[in-house]
Amino acid sequence: MNEFVIEARNLSKVYPGAVDVHAVNHIDLQIENDEFTAIVGPSGSGKTTLLNLIGGLDRPSTGEILVNGHQIHDLTDNQLIDFRLRHIGFVFQSYNLIPVLTALENTEFIMLMQNIPKAQREQRAIELLNEVGLGEKLHSRPTQLSGGQQQRVAVARALASKPDFVLADEPTANLDSESAFNLLDIMARLNKEEGITFLFSTHDQRVIDRARRVITLEDGRIVSDIRQS
Amino acid sequence: MTLKLAWRNLWRNKRRTFITLAAIFLAVILSTLMMSLKEGVYESMIESSVGSYMGYVRVHAEGYWEEKSLDLSMEQSDEVEYALFQHREVDGSIPRVESFALAASEELTKGSMVVGVDPTLEAKFNKLNERVVEGSYLEDSDRAVLLGDGLAAYLHLSVGDTIVLLGQGYHSASAAGKYPVKGIVKFGSPDLSKQLIFMPLKEAQWLYAMPGKVSGLILHFNQPDRSEYVADQLKKDLGAEYEVMHWTEHNRELANMIKTDRMEGWVFMFILYLVIAFGIFSTILMMLEERRHEFGVLIAIGMKRMRLAAMVFGEVVIISLLGAFIGMFGAFPVCLYFNLNPIQLGAEMQEMTEDYGMEAVLRSSVDPGIFIQQALIVAALATLIAIYPYIKLTRLRAIDAMRS
Repeated sequence: MNEFVIEARNLSKVYPGAVDVHAVNHIDLQIENDEFTAIVGPSGSGKTTLLNLIGGLDRPSTGEILVNGHQIHDLTDNQLIDFRLRHIGFVFQSYNLIPVLTALENTEFIMLMQNIPKAQREQRAIELLNEVGLGEKLHSRPTQLSGGQQQRVAVARALASKPDFVLADEPTANLDSESAFNLLDIMARLNKEEGITFLFSTHDQRVIDRARRVITLEDGRIVSDIRQS
Repeated sequence: MTLKLAWRNLWRNKRRTFITLAAIFLAVILSTLMMSLKEGVYESMIESSVGSYMGYVRVHAEGYWEEKSLDLSMEQSDEVEYALFQHREVDGSIPRVESFALAASEELTKGSMVVGVDPTLEAKFNKLNERVVEGSYLEDSDRAVLLGDGLAAYLHLSVGDTIVLLGQGYHSASAAGKYPVKGIVKFGSPDLSKQLIFMPLKEAQWLYAMPGKVSGLILHFNQPDRSEYVADQLKKDLGAEYEVMHWTEHNRELANMIKTDRMEGWVFMFILYLVIAFGIFSTILMMLEERRHEFGVLIAIGMKRMRLAAMVFGEVVIISLLGAFIGMFGAFPVCLYFNLNPIQLGAEMQEMTEDYGMEAVLRSSVDPGIFIQQALIVAALATLIAIYPYIKLTRLRAIDAMRS
């Protein structure tokens, strides 16, 4: 077992232009197992870019990223897709569920991509949806669910593949207070009871308050890294 | 689940799906109708000149067709008949004596084609009796003739009048006879109407001094589309003593004309397919743009791009097959309507079509082959177009798509 689930070394992302934009600027970062970490900062500070780099969605200009000790920055596009499928769970700001699938099918979807047998994936999807409090909404489609419920399905989907960690980009940004608190409760419980590592980007003070570690970015650099009790 | 997903995706934007479906549906109807009218014209031409008179396949003694001489006539033989009926597609063998003669009325003469026919067989297979528009049909024992309406009009003859025939018979015997006109027949082909004279076979054999002989046999088919194959087989079966001619050989002019016109038709159809293809392509492009973000998310969460591309390819194939299938059935009543109610051509076109020996109407064909062919072509076209999104999606980067 590696000491760090995520490790970024001298990570930079430059968008070339008339004036080069250093979205992420020489960042070193280590995330340990079981962490519940929020990355905060003003708009344009590089939060989403950092998450995209860590999630293998984007490629760094320089530096390297290791997930559980595996280099990911030099994997091919197709290897990265497979890597994400097996090691990383994603929760997006706009939920991004597959609109034509039910909550159960959305949760099963990732396991289907992993070629897990039908009975096994259905059982796990039901368990996960029960865990996020949607045991009675198994056969509802996203349009029949509230924003908070959809985001809970997204969390269940992110956990379905038993990932090394979950990346959540502004997960509460589109939710009302009650839904946001519900979601945070669920994620905090999963972190505490099941040891799932969560890494969020957020502006939301409610998320920041619940995080055990808060990393602040400004102009692509880490300006503070605080552990909270 | 990929197929399930593809199917459900089709129905989540019903408007887009219906637009694509309608484009394919209309494309199939349009292309089928175009092809059906074209093939209908060919069928009409073939039927007018081949099916109802010349025969899909003819059997003569070797050399007859080139010389058109009664000296090259053949005996009516049981062996030949037996060989013909070995082919289940052949349901009739009609003996004929065909020769030229000068036909004269009181004041006028015209070169014409005298055809000795078996009235019973011609009525059964060629419906010659139904072509009688004035007077009555022939009987075996008659010593009378039927005239084509064009010839009757030219010679100013009507039922009950007398016609005189002068020609050359078997081995240069003189052939002369005087016959009452028993009836007037009308053919779709004006060319035939202007030159044909029918008389009972026995009378023709007597006129041309060739008892027991015929100039050839006309084969009738229960499956005309198999006639070419049967002709090829009969050539082998009957040997060098006989010549077996498919209509594309004994009526080369018509066969070549259809072949050329069909090629021109395909050029036109190709243009139509291009228009159809652009219509389908634009709806697929629209779909790709609308769902770009979603595709990015699917790749981000771990869906392999090949699988995603296959899903979208599946969507296009499903909708193409569905549209083509519905279009195929939608085209049938349209084509059937124009088959039962052919479009009448204007006076100018009428003259032109008559030159080709056919009726002056545009009658669509209802040959099932056309419907299946056009549905398959349009479905294949749409499937071919689906390669574009397939390629695009196999190259899509999640981050680029999610930023859109």
